[in-house]
Amino acid sequence: MKLDLSGLQSFPSIPGGAVDDLGVDLFAAPSFQLPACSDFDGFQKDAIQMVKPAKGTTTLAFIFKEGVIVAADSRASMGGYISSQSVKKIIEINPYMLGTMAGGAADCQFWHRNLGIKCRLHELANKRRISVTGASKLLANILYSYRGMGLSVGTMIAGWDEKGPGLYYVDSEGGRLKGTRFSVGSGSPYAYGVLDSGYRFDMTVEEAAELARRSIYHATFRDGASGGVASVYHVGPDGWKKLSGDDVGELHYKYYPVAPTPVEQEMTDAPAA
Amino acid sequence: MECVFGMVGDGFALVAADTSAVHSILVHKSNEDKVMILDSHKLLGASGEAGDRVQFTEYIQKNVHVYEFRNGIPLTTAATANFTRCELALALRKNPYFVNILLAGYDKNIGPSLYYIDYIATLHKVDKGAFGYGSYFSLSMMDRHYKSGMSLEEAIDLVDKCIIEIRSRLVVAPPNFVIKIVDKDGAREYAWRESIKDAAGVSAA
Repeated sequence: MKLDLSGLQSFPSIPGGAVDDLGVDLFAAPSFQLPACSDFDGFQKDAIQMVKPAKGTTTLAFIFKEGVIVAADSRASMGGYISSQSVKKIIEINPYMLGTMAGGAADCQFWHRNLGIKCRLHELANKRRISVTGASKLLANILYSYRGMGLSVGTMIAGWDEKGPGLYYVDSEGGRLKGTRFSVGSGSPYAYGVLDSGYRFDMTVEEAAELARRSIYHATFRDGASGGVASVYHVGPDGWKKLSGDDVGELHYKYYPVAPTPVEQEMTDAPAA
Repeated sequence: MECVFGMVGDGFALVAADTSAVHSILVHKSNEDKVMILDSHKLLGASGEAGDRVQFTEYIQKNVHVYEFRNGIPLTTAATANFTRCELALALRKNPYFVNILLAGYDKNIGPSLYYIDYIATLHKVDKGAFGYGSYFSLSMMDRHYKSGMSLEEAIDLVDKCIIEIRSRLVVAPPNFVIKIVDKDGAREYAWRESIKDAAGVSAA
């Protein structure tokens, strides 16, 4: 796309050239250096696309009778390269609220930390804890104001406040949804399938944790960008507690143990000629 | 994929909207309420980008409330529609909001009215209107069966016909709809039309 610079051209200089004492041509057209490429807008778009990672992860959270269960995998990938198998994707905002990380790791970590600061300031200013509704709205408004600038955040805010368990989905496009079951990331469709079919509101904490663990395992089995360790947290009336962190490879053999295959034919020595 | 439609009847106006919150191929929620009650006698049905929809409609709602607090009387529906359109128009060339709006209201001396407000700040006062892929089906249904001065039963019947048509003909049809009405007694939720219930005991707003 050729840039149209005609608007930057000034009128032709006065004959004789008006030059001030410093020798600067007063009526020269203003100009500035541009990067040396023909399609500047396309180049900018490509640069953003290169930096912006797809949300390669699986996180899920759901509300049930005993509170909220939050679970996530722990793999970080850059395209086809697995950069880490031990990323903490469940961020502890404060002792009774958790946030999950999907999208840009730095974006999620920074803005969750920032949210924790704002929640603490709210507590100090108002002498009571902030609600999950309020915390998620704070984060959603911040992300909305940065819309279109390349932030990549797909997070769930889970907590227990005066109204009981609360769960919100907040993303960098500015969306904010209140709900009872969410899964975010490239592995989320796989996790939704297992989660939706096994979900009951009245489960015990152990049953709910097992459902979450199983959903994460199945997502990591099918999705290449998810893997590592399946962490499961529970948020109850007294705050959050980490329940388990199991390597999904080991979970695979626990759910599908290797059965000895029957031997079809035994090799025997050839009869001596 | 988001379907919003509405019509004016005898002494009332109604707005129906689907209730799915969708992100590419995933349905995050099927009971998301997209028809906001602006004040006692106004409804705002909105469809569009996720963040824009909620942020813009809440902004309009708060400004409508502020006017009433400051001046002691509520805004008329026409004034609200023009205010909304202006906000969209002012933002259009800088930081546009991608929201389509159907504003329904009841004013004491004017009666019910419905306003069609586009994302590029088009404003029309209409008897019936629709947005989204569902509009391809509901607009012709309404053109065919609508009469001015319909009773509530006839109007709800027409809404149900539109919903059935959308469900059967639209390839990724939203399963659930919410219907809200506004008349001299105020703005309120009329009914939900659900074909898939969220299997959670705790229902989320």
